Amino acid sequence: MTVAELPLEEVTGPSALGGGWRRFVRLTWLVATTDFKLTYFGSVLGYFWSLLQPLLFFGVLYLMFDIVLQLGKETPNFPVILLMNIVLFTFFQTATAASIPSVVVREGLVRKMHFPRLVIPVATAVTSSFNLCLNLIVVLGFMIVYGVEPRLTWFLLLPLLGLLFAFSAGIAMLLSSLYVRYRDVAQIWGVIIQALFYASPVFILIENIEKRAPQVTRYYLFNPIAAILQQARHWMVGGTPGISTFMGGAVWVLAPFAILVGTCILGFWVFSREAPGIAEEL
Amino acid sequence: MAIRVRGLEKAFRIPNHRVHTLKERALHPFRSTSYNELRALRGIDFEVGQGEFFGIVGRNGSGKSTLLKCLAGIYKADAGRIELAGRLSPFIELGVGFNPDLPARDNVVINAVMMGLTPREARARFDDIIAFGELEGFVDQKLKNYSSGMQVRLAFSVMVHTEPDVMLIDEVLAVGDAAFQQKCIDVFYRLRAEGTTIVLVTHAMSWVEQFCHRAMMISGGHITKMGNPSEVAREYMAENFRNVTSDVRHHVPEAEIRVVDAWIADAQDQRVDTVAYGESMRIHISLEALAPIRAPGISMWMSNEDGVRIFSAGALENGGSLSDLEPFERVEFVVEADNRFSSGRYYVGCSVVRGSAGLEILLSNERVADVVSYGVALSGVIGVDYVGTLTRTRAGEPVL
Repeated sequence: MTVAELPLEEVTGPSALGGGWRRFVRLTWLVATTDFKLTYFGSVLGYFWSLLQPLLFFGVLYLMFDIVLQLGKETPNFPVILLMNIVLFTFFQTATAASIPSVVVREGLVRKMHFPRLVIPVATAVTSSFNLCLNLIVVLGFMIVYGVEPRLTWFLLLPLLGLLFAFSAGIAMLLSSLYVRYRDVAQIWGVIIQALFYASPVFILIENIEKRAPQVTRYYLFNPIAAILQQARHWMVGGTPGISTFMGGAVWVLAPFAILVGTCILGFWVFSREAPGIAEEL
Repeated sequence: MAIRVRGLEKAFRIPNHRVHTLKERALHPFRSTSYNELRALRGIDFEVGQGEFFGIVGRNGSGKSTLLKCLAGIYKADAGRIELAGRLSPFIELGVGFNPDLPARDNVVINAVMMGLTPREARARFDDIIAFGELEGFVDQKLKNYSSGMQVRLAFSVMVHTEPDVMLIDEVLAVGDAAFQQKCIDVFYRLRAEGTTIVLVTHAMSWVEQFCHRAMMISGGHITKMGNPSEVAREYMAENFRNVTSDVRHHVPEAEIRVVDAWIADAQDQRVDTVAYGESMRIHISLEALAPIRAPGISMWMSNEDGVRIFSAGALENGGSLSDLEPFERVEFVVEADNRFSSGRYYVGCSVVRGSAGLEILLSNERVADVVSYGVALSGVIGVDYVGTLTRTRAGEPVL
C-alpha cells in the first residue's frame, strides 16, 4: 500500500487550546457529559441530592429572613426571588470551587497525553451548568406555581446565564492554573466566595442597600454577580428596576461588564501562560 | 518524512526550596529560589521516514521518555524543532483517560475521541474494537472490574482502530497473555506492511530486532547509536553490562565502512549466545563499504569483561592482503576457533584500517558481538594445550 506524503507540521508543545477549536469543543463536551453522568447516574438519589442542597439552603434562609426577621415583607414574591438567587449563586460557587483542583486531579490527562489543557476547567464549569439548567426548571415551576406571570423577558435570562457562565469559567481558568503552584488557593477562594455572597443581593435585596446607603448602590453593582442577580430578578420576576436605573445610566452598566470580561481575559491569559509547564509542575 | 527532530533540548529545573502557598509567596516576595538543572535532552537530531518502524532504546534515565513526551506534545521543548506529518497517537501510555467507574462502552468512545476521532466515528468502530480486544462479554462491565490485562487489551485495541498516521508505543506488551501478544505481533506486521509510521520505545531487544527498520539508542540525553536495529540492540546490551572501568573505546565515525552484523555461531553455523568450553565456535563479522577503500586491513579480536584482549586475528584473502573494496561491497570475515575461555562474557571487537601501514583507522569497535563461555572456570583467562612433566630428585640424584 502506498501512502500519500503528508506535510510536516511543527509540534509546538502543550498549550491551553492545542489541537484546534473543534477538538477543544468535542473534548469539553465529552469530559463534561461524562462527569455529569458519573455524578448523577452513580447513585439512586443522584440528581435529587444535588437539588437538595440549594433547596435546604433556601429553606433556612426563607425561615430566617422571611418568616422570623420578616425581611421580605415589603417585597412581593420574595421566596421566588430567594430561590432563584440561591440557584444562580450556587452555580457560581460550585463551578468555581470544583474547578480549583480539576487540573491537578486529572493529572493523567495532563502528564501522559497531548490534551488541550483548557478543556479541564471549562468542562468543569459546563458540568455545573448542566446542573444549573435542571435547577432552573425547578425554579421556573416554582415561579408559575407561586403565581408569577410568564413574560417575554424570561428569554433574556439566557444571555445573563451566558455571562454568568463566562465569569465562572474565567475564574475557573485562573484558579485551576494557580492551584497547580499554590495549594492554598482553595482556602483563599473559600473566603472570597463567602464575601461575594454577602456582597451580592441573594437575600439582602438591593432595595435594602438603596434604603440605607443610596450612594453605594452604583458601586455595589460593579460586582458582576450582583449585577447579574439584580438584572435576572428584573427580567424574571419584575417589580424592581433594572441595574441601569440603580446605577444612574446605562453607561455605568459597562463597569460590571468590563470587570466580567477583564476577569475572563485575565483567567485565559494566566491559564495560557501556565499551560505549557503544567505537566512538569505537577 | 514523518518525523523530523532538530536540535531538541529539554532541561528540568528542580527548585531546592519549593514555594507551595500564595501566603509564603506573599510573605517572601523577593526570596530567590535556587534551582538544580537536570538536562534530560542535550541536542537530539533524527528523522523517521514515512512508513518506517523506528525503535528507540535506552536505559532508565537516558532521556527517552522525555523525548517521547516532547514528541507527543506533553512537554514543551526548550530549544529545537519537532515536525510531524499527520495525526499522532497522543498517548505515551495505554489507557490514559480511562475512567474506572464507567463501562467499556463509554470508555471506548472517550478514549477514541481523545485520540482524535469524532464521537460518530468512535461509535462506528466500537464493535471492531471490542472484537479485537476479545472483550465481547464485558462491554457493559465497569472498567474497575477489568483485570489489568483486559484494560491493556482494550486500550491497545482502541489505539489500533483509531488509525493514527504516526504511532508512539511505549512498552505496551508487558501485559496481556500469550495469545494477545501474538495478536499484537500480527498487528505490528500488518501496520508495518500498510506503511504506518511507528515509533516503538522498549527494553525488549528482540522486538527491536524483529520489527524495526532502524533504531537509535539514547544515553545521557544524546543519541549514542543510530541505524541498524541489531547493532543498536547490541550496543544497548553492551551498555547494560558494561564495566565502568573497562570503558576504553574509540569512537571512530563509521563513514566509510560499517558493521552490518556480527555474531557467534556454533559448529553447525547456528547463531548462539553461549558456547561450552572446548566447543568450536565461528565468529562472523559482516562489513559493508560505504566508500571506495584502498587496501583495507580487517582484524578482529576478543576481549574479556576487563577489556583484556585474549587473542586477535587478521583477515587474509587468498593468503595475502585484501584487494580494494568498492562502495556497497560486502565482506564477511569468519574466524573459526575452539573455545578455550574461562567461564564469563567475552566481546568481539573489530577494526578496519586503510593501507598496509595501518595508520588510518576507518572503524574500530570494541564490542560488535558478545558471547558467554561456560563449562570450566579457570583460574586464568584462557586454557592452552600444554604438556606438564614432573621430575623428582633426592640429594641431586634423580629418583627413578
